Amino acid sequence: MQDSPHFTSPPKRFPTGDVTPPALLFTAGPYFLLSITFSPRTVRKEPLPAAEHGGAHYKYHIWGRDRTALPSRSQFFCEAGLRASDMGSARLAQLNGLFAAYKPPGLKWKHLRDTIELQLLKGLNAGKPPAPEQRVRFLLGPLESSEKKELTLTATSVPTLRKHPLVCGPAFTSLKVAVGHRLDAQASGVLVFGVGQGRRLLTDMYNAHLTKDYTVRGLLGKATDDFCEDGRLVEKTTYDHVTREKLDRILAMIQGSHQKALVMYSNLDLKTQEAYEMAVRGLIRPMNKSPMLITGIRCLHFAPPEFLLEVQCMHETQKQLRKLVHEIGLELKTTAVCTQVRRTRDGVFTLDDALLRTQWDLHSILDAIEAAAPRVAAELEKSLSLGLDTQQLPSPRWPWDSEGLSSALGLESDVGH
Amino acid sequence: MALSAQQIPRWFNSIKLSSFINATQLTKHCTRRGKTLLHGFSAQPQMSSDNCFLQWGFKTYRTSSLWNSSQSTNLSSQENNSAQSTLLPSMNEQSQKTQKIPNFDSELSLEGLDDLPPLSPLQPVSEEEAIQIVADPPLPLSSFTLRHYVDHSETLQKLVLLGVDLSKIEKHPEAANLLLRLDFEKDIKQILLFLKDLGIEDNHLGTFLSKNYAIFSEDLEDLKTRVAYLRSKNFSKADIAQMVRNAPFLLNFSVERLDNRLGFFQKELELSVKKTRDLVVRLPRLLTGSLEPVKENMKVYRLELGFKHNEIQHMITRIPKMLTANKRKLTETFDYLHNVMNIPHHIIVKFPQVFNTRLFKVKERHLFLTYLRRAQYDPAKPNYIALDKLVSIPDEIFCEEIAKASVQDFEKFLKTL
Repeated sequence: MQDSPHFTSPPKRFPTGDVTPPALLFTAGPYFLLSITFSPRTVRKEPLPAAEHGGAHYKYHIWGRDRTALPSRSQFFCEAGLRASDMGSARLAQLNGLFAAYKPPGLKWKHLRDTIELQLLKGLNAGKPPAPEQRVRFLLGPLESSEKKELTLTATSVPTLRKHPLVCGPAFTSLKVAVGHRLDAQASGVLVFGVGQGRRLLTDMYNAHLTKDYTVRGLLGKATDDFCEDGRLVEKTTYDHVTREKLDRILAMIQGSHQKALVMYSNLDLKTQEAYEMAVRGLIRPMNKSPMLITGIRCLHFAPPEFLLEVQCMHETQKQLRKLVHEIGLELKTTAVCTQVRRTRDGVFTLDDALLRTQWDLHSILDAIEAAAPRVAAELEKSLSLGLDTQQLPSPRWPWDSEGLSSALGLESDVGH
Repeated sequence: MALSAQQIPRWFNSIKLSSFINATQLTKHCTRRGKTLLHGFSAQPQMSSDNCFLQWGFKTYRTSSLWNSSQSTNLSSQENNSAQSTLLPSMNEQSQKTQKIPNFDSELSLEGLDDLPPLSPLQPVSEEEAIQIVADPPLPLSSFTLRHYVDHSETLQKLVLLGVDLSKIEKHPEAANLLLRLDFEKDIKQILLFLKDLGIEDNHLGTFLSKNYAIFSEDLEDLKTRVAYLRSKNFSKADIAQMVRNAPFLLNFSVERLDNRLGFFQKELELSVKKTRDLVVRLPRLLTGSLEPVKENMKVYRLELGFKHNEIQHMITRIPKMLTANKRKLTETFDYLHNVMNIPHHIIVKFPQVFNTRLFKVKERHLFLTYLRRAQYDPAKPNYIALDKLVSIPDEIFCEEIAKASVQDFEKFLKTL
C-alpha cells in the first residue's frame, strides 16, 4: 500500500551480540531503512548454538534520518546524482584534517566550535548553484510523420525544479567538527579542531600524550576562592619579601617533584637497561591517564606584584594551573592569584598556526589544514614507530613521541642553569 | 457505470454505514500515526484500478474534487469517463492528512458510480487506449517536503521562479498545505500585483514571500485598508515600501494594532510626530515585534545606566536598534566603556554606535591602544581618539591611522591576549 513509512526510533542501546553490517533496504528522501541481523550473546559472552535459540537471529529494521551534510547520502542513493554543487563537494572532500584556532578569552570552546561549523557551512554552500536538471517525460502527442492522426508517446527532456536549491534548501546543513584538548572560558590560546577524517587523528594525537605549553600570569598579594582575579576575595597579604631567587627556587622544587612523578606514573622499572636508555634520551613520560604533570616550569618575567611563568605540562586542566599559581604564592609565604592562562603550544600546533577570528572561514581553514598536515603525519608516524620499537613495561604500550620529550629535555637544561 | 450487485455489499462492509451520504462533496481524512505531514488536498486522486482503494474493494473510482475548507479553488472537476485512464491533474495534488485510522465520517461521492463499468485486468484494450494509460509513479500521499509536488504544481513552479524559498516554507506544514491548495491565477496573482503596487521590486518579492507566506491568507481589502491607514498617517509611498520590505509581517497587523504601536512609541519616547515616523521607517520591526523588550530597555537606560531622557532620545534617533538590543550585552558594553575605559556619559551619548558593535571588538582595540599607550578618549587632551573611529572602521584603516601600527602587529598582539 502506498503508505508513507512510519517511524520507529532506533533502539537506544544495542544489546550485546554479533551484528552484521547493516543493509540499506529502502530510501525515501533523507529517510532510510536499514536491516540489521544480530545473534545475541549471553552474559557469558559466548554465542549460543543456533539450535538452542531455534536458529534465532533477531532482525532489526531501523528507520533512520540522514542528517549529515555529506551531500545527502540517501539522496545520493535514490536520486543518483549529487544535489550539492560540484565546487562545494570538491571542497568538502578537501576538508579533512587538523587545524588550530586561537580561542580568545571570554569565549566558550563550544561557541567557538559552533562558529567554525557555521562558517565552514557558509563557505561550502556559497558555490554557484548547479545547472538546472532535466527529467524525461513521455508526452502524448500526434505523430507528425504519419498522415492520419495517430497518438504516440515521445520521450522529451523537460526541465525540472526538483533539485533547485530554492526547493531543496542549502546543500550542506551540518558538519561534524571535533575539538581536541579543551580550554575553559577564561583561558585563551591554541585550540585544535578536527574535521572529516581528521577527527580520527585527534584520538591518535590524544593517545600520543604530547606536552602542552602555557604562559601563566600571576599577581601577588591576593587570594580568591576560584584562584582568579575576579573571584571572591579571601585574603590579602604583603609581598615585599618575595625575590626572584626565592621564586626560582620554588619553581625548581616543583619541577623536581614532578620529575619524580613522571617516572612513577610511566610505570618504568628504572633498573632495566631499556629504561636507562630511554631516560638517557629523555623519553620518560606516562602514556596513560595520570594527574597533571609538569615537565618544565620557569619564570620569564618578575616585576612584583606581577610575574609570568612558562609551564610545560601534560594531562592538565586550566583550573589546576591556576591552583598551581595559588600554591606558589603559599610557598612564597604570601598569596597569589592567576590573571591569565594562555596555551602557546598544543602538540605540534603553535601560536603561528593558530587562526584568528578574521581567519575563521573555509578558505583559511583549508590552507591551515594543508599546512599542518605533513607535520601531524610525521609526528604520528614517529609516535607509532617508537611505540613499536620500545615497549613500555609492564603496562600499556602506547607509542612514544620524541618531540615533546626533547622539548622537556631542553627545558630541563634551561632551568638547570 | 453501475456498481454491480456484488460490489455494493463489499463496499458497504468496508466502510461505516453512517458515513455513507448522498452528495457530490467528498472529503476524506486519512489518518495515520507518525508526525503530521503535509495535509492539504482532500481531493481524491483518480488512480488506476490497482491502486490505493483496494482496501475499499473499489475497482474504479471517480470523484469530483472539492474542498472542505473555506479556501476556494478553481479545480475543475476531473471527471474522466475513461474507465482505465489515470490522469494526475496538474493542479490536483493529493496529499492526504494522515493521523490515526481511516475515518470515513464524510460524504462520499455516489454520482457516476452507476456509470462505472466493471473493470477486469484481463479485458483486452485497444492500442489507442493503451497509449493513453498514464503510468507515472503516483505522487506520494503525504510528504515532508514540497520537492515531490513542485513539478506537478504550477503554483509552486511560479513561486520558485519568483524566488520564494520553498525549503523554508515546507518547515511549516500549514504554510505548505496552503500553498499547495492555492491557485496562482486566482489568489496569488492578485496579492502579487498588490505588492508590486506598493512598491516592492520583483527581485525582493521572493525574500518577502519566503518570510511572510501568510499574506496569502489575508484579505485583499484588509491589506488595502491598512495601507490607506499608513498613508493617512503621512507615511510616503516609498516609506511604506521600505517598511514592508524590512518588516514583512507589517501588513498582517490590523489597523488597531498598528495604531496602538505607533501611539506607544510616541508616548514612551516623547518624540515629535515626524521623528517617530522616521524612527519607525528606519526600524519597522518595532511595529511588528513585542513591546516588552523596548519597555525593559528604556528602564535600563534610565535607571541602570543613568542616562537622562533627552540623552536617550538622542541616542535612539541616531541608532533605533538600541531599543531592541539585548539587555545583558548593553550592560556589559556600558560597564566596559564606563568603568574600564573611563569614558563619561556625555561622550558615550555622542557616539551611540558603540552599543551596536560587538564587545570583543571594543575590548581588543582598546587593549591594543593601551599597549601602544595611545588610548586617549578625552577630547580636551591631545591625541584624542573618537569612539566612532574606535569601533566603526575596518581593521586595516584602524591599524594604519588610529593605532599607527601594522595589521600584523595587531594580530600578534591579539595572540597575546
